[in-house]
Amino acid sequence: MTDTTGVQRVDSGEIWRKAMEGARTREAAFTTLSDVELQPLYTSKDAQFDEERDLGYPGQFPFTRGVHPSMYRGRLWTMRQFAGFGSAKQTNERFKFLLAHGQTGLSTAFDFPTLMGYDSDDEHSLGEVGQVGVAISSMDDMSVLFDGIPMGEVSTSMTINGPAPIMLGFYIAAAQKQGVDPKVLRGTIQNDILKEYQAQHAWLVAPEPALRMITDMMSYCAEHVPHWNTISISGYHIREAGSTAAQELAFTLANGMEYVRRGVAAGMDVDSFAPRLSFFFDSHLDFFEEICKFRAARRIWARKMRDEFGAKDPKSWMVRFHTQTAGVSLTAQQPENNIVRTAFEAMAAVLGGTQSLHTNSMDETLSLPTEKAVKIALRTQQIIAEETEVTHVADPLAGSYFVEAQTNRLEAEAEAYFKEIEERGGVVPSLQEGYFQKEIHLSAVKYQRQMERGEKKVVGVNCYVEDESGPSIDLHRIDKGVEKEQHDRLAALRERRDDASVESELKAIRAACRDGSNLLERFVAAAHAECTLGEIAQVLREEFGQFKEPNIL
Amino acid sequence: MPNTTRIIRVLIGKPGLDGHDRGAKTVASVLRDHGMEVIYSGLHKTPSEIAEAAAQEDVDVVGLSILSGAHMSLFPRVRDELASRGKEDVLLVGGGIIPAEDMAELENDGFAKLFGPGTNTDDIAEWIKTEMKKRFEAEGEDA
Amino acid sequence: MIVAEKKAPIAERLMNGDRNAVARLITWAENGDGRFPKALAQFYPQVGKARRLGVTGPPGAGKSTLVNELVGHLRTQDRSVGVLAVDPSSPFTGGALLGDRIRMESRTSDPKVFIRSMASRSSHGGLARATIDACDVMDAFGFDDVLVETVGVGQAEYDVVSAADTVVVVLCPGAGDSIQAMKSGLLEVADVLVVNKDDMPGAQRLAADLGEAIHIRLAGRGKWITPVVMCSAGRGTGIEDVAKAIEEHRSFLGEMGLKQARNTKRVGQVRMVASEWVDQAVWSPEPRWNGTTCAAHVQQELSAGSTPYDIARNLRDAIMAGKLQDQPELREQA
Repeated sequence: MTDTTGVQRVDSGEIWRKAMEGARTREAAFTTLSDVELQPLYTSKDAQFDEERDLGYPGQFPFTRGVHPSMYRGRLWTMRQFAGFGSAKQTNERFKFLLAHGQTGLSTAFDFPTLMGYDSDDEHSLGEVGQVGVAISSMDDMSVLFDGIPMGEVSTSMTINGPAPIMLGFYIAAAQKQGVDPKVLRGTIQNDILKEYQAQHAWLVAPEPALRMITDMMSYCAEHVPHWNTISISGYHIREAGSTAAQELAFTLANGMEYVRRGVAAGMDVDSFAPRLSFFFDSHLDFFEEICKFRAARRIWARKMRDEFGAKDPKSWMVRFHTQTAGVSLTAQQPENNIVRTAFEAMAAVLGGTQSLHTNSMDETLSLPTEKAVKIALRTQQIIAEETEVTHVADPLAGSYFVEAQTNRLEAEAEAYFKEIEERGGVVPSLQEGYFQKEIHLSAVKYQRQMERGEKKVVGVNCYVEDESGPSIDLHRIDKGVEKEQHDRLAALRERRDDASVESELKAIRAACRDGSNLLERFVAAAHAECTLGEIAQVLREEFGQFKEPNIL
Repeated sequence: MPNTTRIIRVLIGKPGLDGHDRGAKTVASVLRDHGMEVIYSGLHKTPSEIAEAAAQEDVDVVGLSILSGAHMSLFPRVRDELASRGKEDVLLVGGGIIPAEDMAELENDGFAKLFGPGTNTDDIAEWIKTEMKKRFEAEGEDA
Repeated sequence: MIVAEKKAPIAERLMNGDRNAVARLITWAENGDGRFPKALAQFYPQVGKARRLGVTGPPGAGKSTLVNELVGHLRTQDRSVGVLAVDPSSPFTGGALLGDRIRMESRTSDPKVFIRSMASRSSHGGLARATIDACDVMDAFGFDDVLVETVGVGQAEYDVVSAADTVVVVLCPGAGDSIQAMKSGLLEVADVLVVNKDDMPGAQRLAADLGEAIHIRLAGRGKWITPVVMCSAGRGTGIEDVAKAIEEHRSFLGEMGLKQARNTKRVGQVRMVASEWVDQAVWSPEPRWNGTTCAAHVQQELSAGSTPYDIARNLRDAIMAGKLQDQPELREQA
């Protein structure tokens, strides 16, 4: 090609397109994990962004590049391994083990009876006590859980939702018993009830009263426990239930906005509680899509909070988030491969700018993790932090055509979902109708079928399969004694406590349910009177009614 | 009249408190796609509620899903509740996060088959179809 | 087969309160099992005591939620209830996901309630026949009330619910299907119209439109004026009003009217079953007509140049004159 002056002008894009037409391509689906078609190449034409408007600088609006100016140069992410199993005493020992190995925060997993608001000796609890987390039925159990751990110094995360306000009551009461002023307590309680109805399904009461308890908690904490993160708005469970990356992003942020609306409607100034909201995302195997999801989350939230909700405090605009690597990406086959999967997922979370991280253990598709597996998972984070040198530069992938294009794409998909949810009357009517549940289910089934047809590959499951006669690794089993031990502890508690004050505290809770006064205050008092989780939860079920699971099949 | 092309009726049950229903719902959808009539119990069911539903629905197959580790106490209880309703003849299967040795134990103890993580859902459907074909044929000869 | 069945005839077990007999007989009814008519003959004298209620409406109108609330209402009066929840089968795979139980989960452990999910399956008229049979089973077992719930706005669904003494059509605001339902003739089968989700915008308007439509379209059809009742099944409000309207329709029918209506419906059932059997017999793969199958015979006639009408006329005349060979199976079923 020559122009009139005789100078050769090369259109390299054209040459590349021609070359691609004849190029050999593998028999494979060139899609993201969420089944979005990808181009073979991204150029400036695909990534429309205004650096000032869409990216900004780390620590500045719209926070696409991170929430801190210095990012990991200032402070590494918190390495926070979720732990909990068996009795409070056993979990207390695991906590001490993790702290001794360099973990910097605690994260508590509860068993299903606790998550559903049943005491360990309830008939619903049979066979489940201590199985997937620790059993906590009273303030006394909570005190055992933190025995020898200074509650005023350690930052604690508690993964519980339906009965979260009751559990926080136990925690505050246990701290007071340790002589710690609630004003210095630091930590997070998940308390994200909306995603429970949508995906995780551990609820206690119907949505509206559950939301009221959350606003009670936000206003109580703003005054009495100012360093406590009152909600961790969680996409993790939505993703694990089978959603796409865009659905995880959209539903999580939609839930977040719903909490903000509720807080504002309850008469609070948005800047009084929004800075205490934090987020929790999944980090799945699609390396770039995940990084872009984290970046898009920060940008969308900042824009919504500033421009739609009128928040003035920059802290209200920030998405600070915890990440857990994808449990669903682990395979029971060739379980050691899970170490590698988890490492990639952890790396994506770090490059996406997470504030804290849990890395899964390789044996979690078989049982609760063993100490060895947990240690490898923790070491994975430490290797990223100490050896890979990725921590020195903030948001290192910004400006990549591909990364910016995908960040834009995810933001646009999320916006389309926000519109859909609004048209359906908002988050609560949508979940009562089963809208989210159905969307998630359809994505899960679609992926499953793609995987089974071999369009999506899973090493050890549908390719590179080995003949395995059984798991080659050790399993962690919960001994059956835990259930009995909990029964005995509860029997002793019911024996020694003062029945009259138990009765009067439960009565006061019932009255507060009806007159609208702050329930958190009542839960702390009830914790001191040694009311059990199940007793308090039963009052709430009676007063507030239960959630009716929609039929989405 | 012997009817070996009978439609297979299945109850997919979630006993216990664990809310992880991704697998249960996916399997329910796949079995539907394989021409079965599938009833889903919903979440947080007690063993007796599941057995009662299975009896009222007169299902041929009961499939249970648990990811909470409570399978060794809840699965046998469902089996017993079914038996107490005269439904010991249903094809009883299960799945979830279940260690191999537990699978073996359950399969020795009233469960026809346990499916572990990573099982192909079409394989589950085909296995049920093969098993039920045998049963329907035997029934036809009886009647 | 289960050993227990050999101990006592299933009809006897049904009348003696064996719930497994209810379940198994409904399975036979659904499968068109040859054993059903024999069993029915034994328990038929017990049929006719239960009150039968049909509930239908477009998808998403909240039928199962309303049925659940109605069951709750009946239980407060200590009435025992059988529920038949019909969901569509996939036209492609023949499979079905039957999820209505989820809405009625709290009823599963109530010994005075029995819930059965049924798939519509594909055979013409088979669903309507199976539903009537299933109602008869529940009736003979001794349930005070039998509720049939079915989704949709098509002919098959009308046939199903019209077997009931009283038909409730549920609509809700905001769904385009509700408007479609008004156009498609769902109003004509309704004895009671329910506007569910009455807290949603447009509920008052929908109720007013329905009232007007009834006034215009149904005036002069009979003395019963279909009432329009508003409720919110999700919040449990207005259920008493729905129950009251159903009760009023029953009193309106009275003993005599009910008996007459039921007799008319039985005639329809006989006609339906007879047609189904004649159809099966005539088109069976056995030689029936001049030593060949009917299908082959028709083929021959077509090749010989006869018109479809001529062949059909000949076939009808042959059937009426008893010229087709008898089918042993037919005799057995009768």
